[in-house]
Amino acid sequence: MSAPRGPVDPSGLERYYVLTGGRSGPGGSATTLDVATLVVSRAAPAPGMQHEHEEILRLCRAPLAVAEVSAHLRLPFNIVAVLLSDLIQDDRIEARDPIPAGAGGRHDVKLLEEVLRGLRARL
Amino acid sequence: MIAGGFGTGKTTMVRSVSDIEPLTTEETLTQASAGVDNLIGVTDKTHTTVSLDFGKIALNDSLMLYLFGTPGQERFWFLWNGLFKGALGAVVLVDTRRLDTSFRAIEEMERQNVPFVVALNVFPDSRDFPFDEIRDALDVPAHTPVVAFDARDRAASREVLVTLVQYLKDHSAAALEPR
Repeated sequence: MSAPRGPVDPSGLERYYVLTGGRSGPGGSATTLDVATLVVSRAAPAPGMQHEHEEILRLCRAPLAVAEVSAHLRLPFNIVAVLLSDLIQDDRIEARDPIPAGAGGRHDVKLLEEVLRGLRARL
Repeated sequence: MIAGGFGTGKTTMVRSVSDIEPLTTEETLTQASAGVDNLIGVTDKTHTTVSLDFGKIALNDSLMLYLFGTPGQERFWFLWNGLFKGALGAVVLVDTRRLDTSFRAIEEMERQNVPFVVALNVFPDSRDFPFDEIRDALDVPAHTPVVAFDARDRAASREVLVTLVQYLKDHSAAALEPR
């Protein structure tokens, strides 16, 4: 099964469909992903893997946010989430929660102070 | 998160503060999402593109601040639900010549319980309004910080982020105090 490459379908519809085998949204483990979830490779790309899966494994040698993976691959979040969930299921990718945002606007004050220091150091 | 109405300068701000050349992802709504389109009442529309700007700032060796410019078309925000879930807080950009374009962004931040500051992106022909008037017009609480800045200016944009984080910190500290 070779996916059509290049600008065959400018809308991306066919390409997205092929990339995910027709799955339009994340299911299973992907439902826990959000754009700020960090993903990191636990395995090297293997021969015969889908091109995009290989790319993700290469990109994520160091932890990356899902949004960044999405941006590098130039694919929508939903599509990337499906691809990532495949890799998570195969234990090839590990997802780590980003620092959780506090409920009702509560955040770790120490962390916020660190963020402030970092921002001010660069002003 | 950098939110705000169409054309208020979200992309410009992400571009000016990010360490990296901002990445933009595009999402094309097609027939694959016809069911969803029906839900949001755009049955006649088969193609539209929504985008997200992504940037980042390395704060120190172990801390990275991610910046997300929300898609300009607010009605497609449902595609980015995770965006709100993961956000520390938001800067809502406002163009004082077109206040109404940012109403939806403010509503959404309130609905999703994301703390935010209002940043007036000053354009050459913008009028000066007292911040209280702006708060009234936008119907935001009196404690909401309002700042004026130029989104093209790196230092000014970072200052806006400082205002947001300071606000989050005060907010959190206050929430932790016993009543």
